[in-house]
Amino acid sequence: MTTTASTPAYDKSGEPLVRAVNVTKAFHGNQVLKGIDLSVNRGQVVVLLGPSGSGKTTFLRCINQLETIDGGRIWVDGDLMGYVDKGGTLHRLTDKAIAAQRRDIGMCFQRFNLFPHKTVLQNVMEAPTQVKGVSKDQARSRGLELLERVGLKDKPAAYPAQLSGGQQQRVAIARALAMDPKLMLFDEPTSALDPELVGEVLAVMKELAQSGMTMIVVTHEMGFAREVADEVVFMDGGVVVEQGPPDEVIVNPKQQRTKNFLRRMRQEEEQLAAATGHLALADIPLDDTTDDDVTVDPTRAIDDGGPDGAVPPTS
Amino acid sequence: MTTETSDRPGAIHARPVRHPGRWLAIVVIVVLVAMMISSLVTNPVWNFPRVFKVMNFNPVLNGLFKGTLIGTVGAMVIGVVLGVIMAVMRLSGNPVLRGVAFAYVWFFRSMPRYVLLIFCGSLGVLYAKLEIGIPFGPAFTSIDMNALSSSLAIGILGLGLSEAAYMAEIARAGILSVDKGQSEAAQALGMGPGKAMMRIILPQAMRVIVPPTGNETISMVKDTSLLSAVPITAELFYQAQTIGNRDFQIVPSLVAASLWYIIVCSILMVGQSYLERYFGRGFGTPSKKAKQELTKVAADH
Repeated sequence: MTTTASTPAYDKSGEPLVRAVNVTKAFHGNQVLKGIDLSVNRGQVVVLLGPSGSGKTTFLRCINQLETIDGGRIWVDGDLMGYVDKGGTLHRLTDKAIAAQRRDIGMCFQRFNLFPHKTVLQNVMEAPTQVKGVSKDQARSRGLELLERVGLKDKPAAYPAQLSGGQQQRVAIARALAMDPKLMLFDEPTSALDPELVGEVLAVMKELAQSGMTMIVVTHEMGFAREVADEVVFMDGGVVVEQGPPDEVIVNPKQQRTKNFLRRMRQEEEQLAAATGHLALADIPLDDTTDDDVTVDPTRAIDDGGPDGAVPPTS
Repeated sequence: MTTETSDRPGAIHARPVRHPGRWLAIVVIVVLVAMMISSLVTNPVWNFPRVFKVMNFNPVLNGLFKGTLIGTVGAMVIGVVLGVIMAVMRLSGNPVLRGVAFAYVWFFRSMPRYVLLIFCGSLGVLYAKLEIGIPFGPAFTSIDMNALSSSLAIGILGLGLSEAAYMAEIARAGILSVDKGQSEAAQALGMGPGKAMMRIILPQAMRVIVPPTGNETISMVKDTSLLSAVPITAELFYQAQTIGNRDFQIVPSLVAASLWYIIVCSILMVGQSYLERYFGRGFGTPSKKAKQELTKVAADH
């Protein structure tokens, strides 16, 4: 893709870590992203909300070039993703150069995508040793450290198939962290999990957020969004409908589309809560008229460590 | 287990279902096997002492070693390596490579091995010399094709080229069987396409590739008997048959060759099950090595 329009000058220092301007993307004529603008500052946690088909996962995948974009620009830490601007003309980067850009961006997938033929520790060691050229011993000790951080230090030699979904997702987080990323992308990290395993993964993500990691999270976990996010972005139909602090967007949304979505989510979670005791948005009064008497209830869903005690390390 | 005082139902001692059909089948099979053994022992044409003698004749052993064993190994090495390369080409984004791989598979799958081997043997007629050098320019070295035309090397090459076409399809199926999320995860970690293929995709594809490759290897053991078409005389079946014709002892020679094929294939089947276990790691019960590693790591901490 080339264009004659000059790319805006971009200053690296003190600027947002991620800056997306007017990002568009179509799949076979179906316009999935219709001009997304988003800035994420260093250390910020941004949650992307929206109904399925709203383009939030596609946008996340565009950030690390798992999907190419048709229009707009995405910068991560000052680097234009996927292209190089030579005198106003964009040149597509080689696969190798794109691979190098992805090194600093960790990603966790809905289906975990652990390497099933490698043990947990080998999964975590794979990228540092193969991509960065870190020595095996160094990668091993760092890997064990990370596994301890996600509460799995007793599982280094297990194969992914021997772990629960929640444990697998925590390994996936450790695997991404092993590359010391500047940015972590989470694509519905808990949607494929049994309800009772969601908490252990969210606890690890919360600890990660508190440690200062910049994170962009696609999730339906309202409790996590309210407690951890600095900013919530509500997307629908390929556009950003509403964005702001969680207490504004989730508790007191202004747009009708946001309100409808949150009401639907609340109904679903009420049904789930009735079945499992897993509480989140059901506690929040959603009132279209009042904004003052909203009591924000710390969500219980992410405070418990799950069945095998995946609590953030204290030491 | 049961307590007499309790009125709750205790252990079950039911009569099993009767299977009269099984007994009938056993009787029929025992009679048939007895007839077979009786014919093997009483019919002098089988001539088993002669069978074992032929199995140990030097030309036969030489044919077994060169034609069958080296032939199989050589052809399969060429077949697997070239096949995997063809599969990767077939799945590449480069339309030229895709086309070449398609044409290769199309041609060599359409050629009968027997015809292909005769053709390989006749290459010396077409090209007396094979020169390696600058295209349309001077040659650095040259190979005399006539000298090569009935060598084992040309036979192995023919079988290997043919095998590669089948292996390409097997490897392609294996690569496609690996979930797309695996290459995405590798890419997201900063691996290039080549590294992702070698480290992540192919090792998992092997789980699907190994069982049919075992089949192909076993087929190849038997297809080495076609090497006589090149013509290559250092070949098990050709030698056994020649000895049989010479001494008017055709059946014992056929049995001798058959027994060698059966022995080699049986050994290969055992090897295949070990390979399958190795490449199946992480997909079933943990391997012994993984268990040892677990105890080792646990001991370290």
